[in-house]
Amino acid sequence: MAKTTTAGARDLDRVGLSDEQLVAMLRNMLLQRQLDNRGFQLNRQGKIPFALGSEGHEAVQAGAAMAFERGRDVLVPYYRDLGLALGVGMSPFEILSSLFARQTDRSMGRQFPNHYTNHDLGVLSISSIIAGHCTHAIGVAAAFKYRGESGRAVLCTTGEGATSQGEWHESVNYAAVHSLPIVFLVQNNEWAISTPQDLQMKVANVADKAPGYGLPGVVCDGFSPVTTYAAMRDAFVRARSGGGPSIVEAKCYRFLSHSTDDDDRTYRSREEIEERRKMDPVPRFEQALIEAGVIDEARRKQLRADVLRETNEATDAAEAQPYPPAESLYTNVVAGDYQPWQE
Amino acid sequence: MATTITMPQLGETVTEGTVAQWLKQPGDSVEKYEAFVEVSTDKVNAEVPSPVSGVIRELIVKEGETVPTGAPIAIIDDVASDVQPAPTGSSSPSEQVAAAAQRPSPSSGQATNAEANRQGSDEPVPGGNVGTGGPSFSAPAQSNGASGNGSASGTAPGGVRTSPAVRRLAREHRVDLAAVRGSGDNGRITANDILAAAQAGPSAGVAATIGADNAEYVAPAATAVAPPAATPRPPGKPTYASARPGDVIPLTQARRIIAQRMVDSKHTAPHAWTMTEVDVTNVWKWRAREKDAFEKNTGVKLTLLPFFVRAVVESLAAFPLMNASFAEDGIHVHREVNIGLAIAADGNLVVPVLRHADQLSIRGIALAAGELIDKGRRGRLGADDLAGGTFTVNNTGANGSILSAPILVPGQAGIVTSEAIVKRAVVRDDDAIAVRSMMNVCMSLDHRVIDGAVASGFLSDLKKRLEAMGPSGSL
Amino acid sequence: MAGVRAAAGAAQTQAGVTMTNVEAVRTTLHDALARDDRVLIMGEDVGARGNVFLITKGFLEEFGPQRIIDTPLAEASIVGVAIGMAMEGLRPIAEIQFADFIYPAFNQIVGEAAKVRYRSNGDYTCPLVIRTPYGGGVRGALSHSVSIEALFYHVPGLTILAPSTPADIKGLLNAAIESPDPVLFLEHKKTYRSVKGEVPAGYYTIPIGKADVKKAGSDVTVVSFGYNLHQALDAANRLEGEDVSVEVIDLRSIRPMDKTTILDSVRKTRKLLIVHEDNKFGGIGAEISAMVAEEALFDLDAPIRRLAGPDVPAMGYALPLEEEFMISTEEMAGAMRDLAKF
Repeated sequence: MAKTTTAGARDLDRVGLSDEQLVAMLRNMLLQRQLDNRGFQLNRQGKIPFALGSEGHEAVQAGAAMAFERGRDVLVPYYRDLGLALGVGMSPFEILSSLFARQTDRSMGRQFPNHYTNHDLGVLSISSIIAGHCTHAIGVAAAFKYRGESGRAVLCTTGEGATSQGEWHESVNYAAVHSLPIVFLVQNNEWAISTPQDLQMKVANVADKAPGYGLPGVVCDGFSPVTTYAAMRDAFVRARSGGGPSIVEAKCYRFLSHSTDDDDRTYRSREEIEERRKMDPVPRFEQALIEAGVIDEARRKQLRADVLRETNEATDAAEAQPYPPAESLYTNVVAGDYQPWQE
Repeated sequence: MATTITMPQLGETVTEGTVAQWLKQPGDSVEKYEAFVEVSTDKVNAEVPSPVSGVIRELIVKEGETVPTGAPIAIIDDVASDVQPAPTGSSSPSEQVAAAAQRPSPSSGQATNAEANRQGSDEPVPGGNVGTGGPSFSAPAQSNGASGNGSASGTAPGGVRTSPAVRRLAREHRVDLAAVRGSGDNGRITANDILAAAQAGPSAGVAATIGADNAEYVAPAATAVAPPAATPRPPGKPTYASARPGDVIPLTQARRIIAQRMVDSKHTAPHAWTMTEVDVTNVWKWRAREKDAFEKNTGVKLTLLPFFVRAVVESLAAFPLMNASFAEDGIHVHREVNIGLAIAADGNLVVPVLRHADQLSIRGIALAAGELIDKGRRGRLGADDLAGGTFTVNNTGANGSILSAPILVPGQAGIVTSEAIVKRAVVRDDDAIAVRSMMNVCMSLDHRVIDGAVASGFLSDLKKRLEAMGPSGSL
Repeated sequence: MAGVRAAAGAAQTQAGVTMTNVEAVRTTLHDALARDDRVLIMGEDVGARGNVFLITKGFLEEFGPQRIIDTPLAEASIVGVAIGMAMEGLRPIAEIQFADFIYPAFNQIVGEAAKVRYRSNGDYTCPLVIRTPYGGGVRGALSHSVSIEALFYHVPGLTILAPSTPADIKGLLNAAIESPDPVLFLEHKKTYRSVKGEVPAGYYTIPIGKADVKKAGSDVTVVSFGYNLHQALDAANRLEGEDVSVEVIDLRSIRPMDKTTILDSVRKTRKLLIVHEDNKFGGIGAEISAMVAEEALFDLDAPIRRLAGPDVPAMGYALPLEEEFMISTEEMAGAMRDLAKF
């Protein structure tokens, strides 16, 4: 059976994290929440056509990001990984350039929002095809092993819905067979758009499938950044040291609809959401840090104000950027001339 | 400063929204990004955040009311808040909101479909001038092999079907399709057949009577306009171009119309006829001197036609009654001088019009006429090209004719021909005998409009002008 | 670890060696592995078995299991993992055992590989080669006979190559491995051992997107590739004896395709016959026909003809069924003859 760890509310188990690291995680969570909301706000203002929500995932992603080693590890994300993107070094300006589809977006406005690419930071470019990126993550991990690069690992994240896809199974299987340096983080927020977990799988935990492939799997409390960090750290250490892959399933919840085009009132009750809101990781972690004496009320306020200011500045700066020119449609199809008929 | 908030576009295909509930009332303050109204559309229900901090001044739309995307819904008096960064960019947030709200979805067809309005250049011109519709381009399909991958269909009944390559080559090499024997399947004319015909020489199958264009003016004795080589009958119905004894050639629409117009012309206007002879030795020399450079500079061959037409328009200026029409309310003497050029194309007579010919130099006439004749050859003359003629010129001399009695174009009072240039021994003023290039100029005229004095005066004037042209002139 | 070493190994080509198509694939792969540490081969049965056509026989022993990878039986991940490797800077050559098995990988080829460069605006590239044997006439029945070029050549971002001769295979496979973008490399299995040719020694590439006039002529242009190409050459040589001069163009590259060579030839002969084994409806002959009609209508002295596979699944197992599906050399000669005298 999978192991589980949870955090208590009062005595903060730091698992070796310093004050600065704890505050950094909190800030990441606050920034993720603020930017996430900003996407919805801009959409409701009619300024951007589309945004995805990640409210509820802040703790998972801050914790996972803290365990990620910049400059060494590679992140192969999915489209709800705003916090992870920030956590591995992407800037709010980049995020908003992507939301506004401006020229400053690395994909030059070609991709949907939240489909990041940043080769310098080790963020792999993805498509919207669910679990399409999982085999790529395997490939990257296989390349590390091929080149004998120890101390490097790949973080492949998905929701729980993706674990139904054949390619997720193929990836986990392949990783296990070849003992690849990869961590599969499954952010189980209980809903794949409108499909609840019990229509997605028979088992209670995705991690319960891990032994079937021959690799370890753990469940952790995705509402606690510290707990998630601890589980992720262990998985990363295993991967980087040649111990092979593992699955970390972080239990969390999706507080908002899937995206600005989704209305979750059609498939789940307000009561359920209200009930789960009580475990909202952002105010809970703030409170936990105050109670542990890591921050005080003034600092909490200041963090929030900083994050709002940073978001507003980035919003205005990104909005002022130009759209990519129409001629840019034709570039970077292939290295040479994209025309199928060659003169 | 006040900001007008408009109904946002909530979703790509959404065109309107309903104010479900106002979350603020006039007088309430609101922060930037704070929700101030709940809007519902058929896709989604949403709270809309305010784009500015300020105080609600007016709620324009009532709860439950539906308005189109972009319609104003509220006014907020701006008040800067302490979290507000200095606004960047030139447009106010409301303008940005309005602009964004107006952003059309890809499916709303804002691209105008302007269909090019083609003038039917190959449709028959109303009023009966000749149409130049081209024959069909498709070639008969062949039956395919055992794999059953093709359709078997034979040649279409009646008419010669030619491939695009054949038509193009025939035009480029000026080969008359009707005179070519086909060596392909079912007697199809192939591209090689055209090329072979082109190499065989101008006599076999060269288009006759292409009017006053590239035909050199030579004495009839030297012109070997051989009769078309005897060819086996092409499959299909008899045609005008390949007429044989015993044929009954069906009338094309064009031929039918031309026939009617000729009958009308002859039965309406009393045709009188006169002629003069013109010594074109000098003007011919002039032309010979200019032609190489002219063709090199313009790509157009220089014939006698532009010199002739120039003289004609000058004489028409001196004798304006020649440029007139008979009508019940009087003789209309035309202001414009639009010279029709009678040419033959695809076996039909067409008369494209050189508009405002009096405003053109010899060079200008050469270029404009060249273009019309080329269009005529390609079957590309439009209604505009064929309308508005006031006087007509016909180069019957290209056939070797030395005398013609042309039929007037209905509505015109005169038509002149330039006959073949013949070297003749003539007696000059000093009673010496010289060999000169002589060209007859014939004229048919509407005797209701033109009497003998005008007619002969015009022709004398024309003769004088042509004989005065020489190498010292300028094009 | 990335680097390019001097070529070495038992299968190195000599000056102008005659070999079969399958030997050309084998030696080119071997030389690539020897030359560039980033190159690796992955697929089903490529290691211990040495590939079902023995193309990689001995490679596992020579280059090791890191570079010659026996993958699980899962085409989507064969391609998907190779994509990840390519994005990370390796030069993987993924093998799909038979083109008929490529469909599970369609998602990865079309939805991912083809778009890596475009969607990241060049931040990432995907220098991946996918090799697969295709085509029928080998008693392969309904899952070992298909032609797949029409399914993929439509997709921007993909390169599709289908050389027909040993020399072209070497040059284009090298070009594919060198290419910074994903290449689908198609090998007609019926030509593996039946087609022999001289292959120049040493390393060379052939430019992608260039067709080759395999036989010059003046009466009819024939455009083809793969097994059909060799039949077309046979038929054309036969017709020389009947005083019909046929020009045979080997496409070599399906996407991009060589417009200039085709149009130059059509403008000369004025008659075009396209031959491909794949089903006629929507096959690549349709695109070639459309292009020629658009650009050279007034040079055509006959309708464009396509000789292609019938529009039924490829192809029945029993010999009469297979022969009915496959285009025979006689059929080609007949089509050429008809077109010449049209």
